[in-house]
Amino acid sequence: MNTGTTKTAYKAKDFQQASPNDWCPGCGDFGILNAMHQASAKLGLNPSNVVAVGGIGCSGKAPYYMGTYGVHTLHGRPIPYATGIKLANPELTVLIAGGDGDGLGIGAGHFVNVGRRNVDLTYVMFNNEVYGLTKGQAAPTMAMGMQTKSLPEPNIQMKLNPLMMAYASGFTWIGRGYSYNVKQLVDLLVQAISHPGLSFLDVLQPCPTYNNLHTKDWFAGKDLEEVRPRVQPLPEDYDAVIEPEMSEDERWEHTRDFMEMSQRWGDYIPTGLFFENRAVSSFAARIGDRMPSYSAHAPAVKMIADENGQSNALLEPIFDELSVN
Amino acid sequence: MVSNSHPENGSQTSQDLAWRVGGAQGSGVDTAALIFQRACGIAGLHLYGRREYYSNIMGRHSYYDVRASEIPRAVHRDTVDLLTTFEAETLARHILAVGKGGGLVYTATDANVPLEKITFLDARLVHDLAAYLKERDLPATTAGLLEDAHTRGVQCFEVNFDDIVAQLAERLEIPQTSAARTRNTLAVAVSTALLDFRRDFVKKALERTWPGRQKIIDLNVKAVELTYNYVDEQFDRSDFSIDLSPAETTEKRMIINGNQAVALGKLAGGVAVQSYYPISPATDESTFLEAHEEFGTRDGSASNVLVVQTEDEISAITMAAGAALTGARSSTATSGPGFALMCEGLGWACINEVPLVITLWQRGGPSTGMPTRNEQGDLRIATAGAHGDFPLMVVASGDIVEAFYDAAECFNYADRYQTVVVHIVDKALSSSSRTLPYFDLDQITIDRGSIAEPRGDNNGNAFPRFEVTESGVSPRTLLGQRGNAHWMTGGEHTPQGRVTEDPVIREQQIEKRARKMELAASEIPLEEKIKIFGDREAELTILSWGSNKGAILETIDLLEDVGVATRFIQARLMLPFPANEFSELLEGAGPLIIVESNFSGQFAQLLRQYTGIKPDHMIVKYNGRPISAEELLIAVNEIRTGAAPDRIVLRNPLQ
Repeated sequence: MNTGTTKTAYKAKDFQQASPNDWCPGCGDFGILNAMHQASAKLGLNPSNVVAVGGIGCSGKAPYYMGTYGVHTLHGRPIPYATGIKLANPELTVLIAGGDGDGLGIGAGHFVNVGRRNVDLTYVMFNNEVYGLTKGQAAPTMAMGMQTKSLPEPNIQMKLNPLMMAYASGFTWIGRGYSYNVKQLVDLLVQAISHPGLSFLDVLQPCPTYNNLHTKDWFAGKDLEEVRPRVQPLPEDYDAVIEPEMSEDERWEHTRDFMEMSQRWGDYIPTGLFFENRAVSSFAARIGDRMPSYSAHAPAVKMIADENGQSNALLEPIFDELSVN
Repeated sequence: MVSNSHPENGSQTSQDLAWRVGGAQGSGVDTAALIFQRACGIAGLHLYGRREYYSNIMGRHSYYDVRASEIPRAVHRDTVDLLTTFEAETLARHILAVGKGGGLVYTATDANVPLEKITFLDARLVHDLAAYLKERDLPATTAGLLEDAHTRGVQCFEVNFDDIVAQLAERLEIPQTSAARTRNTLAVAVSTALLDFRRDFVKKALERTWPGRQKIIDLNVKAVELTYNYVDEQFDRSDFSIDLSPAETTEKRMIINGNQAVALGKLAGGVAVQSYYPISPATDESTFLEAHEEFGTRDGSASNVLVVQTEDEISAITMAAGAALTGARSSTATSGPGFALMCEGLGWACINEVPLVITLWQRGGPSTGMPTRNEQGDLRIATAGAHGDFPLMVVASGDIVEAFYDAAECFNYADRYQTVVVHIVDKALSSSSRTLPYFDLDQITIDRGSIAEPRGDNNGNAFPRFEVTESGVSPRTLLGQRGNAHWMTGGEHTPQGRVTEDPVIREQQIEKRARKMELAASEIPLEEKIKIFGDREAELTILSWGSNKGAILETIDLLEDVGVATRFIQARLMLPFPANEFSELLEGAGPLIIVESNFSGQFAQLLRQYTGIKPDHMIVKYNGRPISAEELLIAVNEIRTGAAPDRIVLRNPLQ
């Protein structure tokens, strides 16, 4: 994360974009967007220094509603676009807004592989279990047997667990929020963006139009005998953080706790910070170790020519390597 | 010095040697070729090297052609002067390529092997060789082939490599297994000794091959000594008329292949990010860049290129596009299958006017096709690029020198016209190598095109990144510039980058983007679009593109030697297609011959699409092997004498 050089204090409204928003009324996306605006202001970011990268689908439109640089990319591909942006200009704060289908269906290969790199990115997954923009097909997060109103038959594919996917892939900050708890979302987003590595924030986001099973009322537990929100914070004694100096055994303990809590679903759906691994180097640090010139001469700023257009590269030493006589 | 006679060109007195070495992949064929090339290069000769190999790690047949000449050449020769083999498969595959007066080195143990016992010799080839031998009343064995070679006037030198290895082990008091590691050097030394080539060149080449590793050098130098003595004792060289002498030169030269040339061109052109997914024959470009990821600069600062190996080609192109949005010169390198995966990302970059370079190393397609063999089969997909209608530039290099300068220039095109440039090259260029003088960076000018100034903080309005302008080029701004925030989208968009389905804005934006290519077509100088060689006034016209250039240049030289004026037109800029230039140039051409390394004549189709011009003759080759001057000359002569059909297919089943 980089807060930029300006001293101006930007407010949440500076990150907003006053233009018509075409999400459905009552869409859970609004809560996430609101949290993105607030978190950006809270972190003191400069809108010119923030790049919001979206995939395809309703969630992918989030960048249009940010008063920052907004990059609406291809279905499933926001991660590699965001990676290219961040690696080329490490000064930028790069946020990814993507859907569950975008990230875990068509884009699953990128989701898995970006974890190997621990690039300093924040990936916010708008998780509503359906492909909303194409009218409600099952997303990879929908459980087997579910039949939302637009499915002609019950879903016969099993669901993926985004938190465990993120863990297995190597994300170093993993959290879950709920789009109707904006306060917690802001707090989680601030942490996620501040984390100097790859962050994954899974946001449960009811689709009022196509997911008639996991609705706002369902998350509120209104169908339960004793009405009580299904979405609840993680237990107070849950410790998510792995420190570099921790022993193997201590890490195993954390892993076991993570395994258990990340698989809770049904009557108790925990939210909060699930996992933070401070023992893994960032990709930028790894590049810097290999190429010390990277930090001072990042791709976006390195000088490639003088004012006359003369190339700055000095290739004679390489020509000498290839010399034959 | 006696030169070997070149077919159809008996008067040529200049040195021109074609040496071939073959063996199982992983057995050191490349090392042997490298030592041989270095020795010739140190001796001041020009070299052209060609590597043929299977999609296999170990065991399959590979071979390497080295052509050493006084005149620079950019193509191999089908007719081999000296073939050096380690095992029966190489002998069987290549013996018929050795011409009259040529030589063959083989090991005693391979003197009589039934062809059907050679593990990897294709059944088709066994069958054809057996039929060839049967016609001559010879058995289907290596003995039959050797007998036939002898009859054809080929000198066959039976070498007992094991004896030389044993001698070496004894002299140096080292184990046989250590001595046997000099096998590649032995193969080279046998060849150079037979060619009466000075051994000190070979020794220098060994020093270059293992710099600072004196023990290895000493061992190999000893192996060279023993081999030269062995050849002196065993063979009477008086019947073997081919030899190799040094040439005078003061020029400093490198030996460089196409992959390396493109990588260096990118460095010269200021590449900042190269993403890639491994694929033959493109990978070596990216790994060469990675091996030189930090390099020096004229201003004394350090510079670098960030090379990222991605999870697939979709990630490669989208990551490069993301990097380009920050102002970094970005590129990726791939081959046909990878390019197919990149198409959606290519379209995104074009509609968002992102400067991006894709190096497309063609290989035999479709699908996995022939991953390590040559083909110019991807021009159609390269010029289509993606679904939809959008501006795209395609540049085709014809040789290693062009590949270097074009790689740098592609970034200028990309920046100036704010779009994707596909640099189309091929396998024949990737793995062939040449001796060349050092490239001249003064010939390269870096032009970033127009980049907007930051408007400063607290600017409430979104930046008009896609403003409709007369030239079609809009003010480009970079992510992070203060006050220039706007949006980008794969959807059609307003000047500020907000998605729209408005019919009028759609028209304006499509037309704006198209105007950039009109601008490119009008600004780019003719010599960057088309090059003309030979007799500019000649009616006999050969039109081609890509790596066929080497064979064609030699062919027009050979035609000139017999008084036939020929013009060779090399197409370089494929998009925007230089339609007017071609229409003018080709008026009155006759016969017009188009040469391509593909089945359907993809360039000929492009030419016809844009100009209506149809060639009188097509010469095509699509068996995965590059075109040679010898076969091309025969085809052109058939056309000249009126004996040729409209379409000639070059086939050489023995490659």
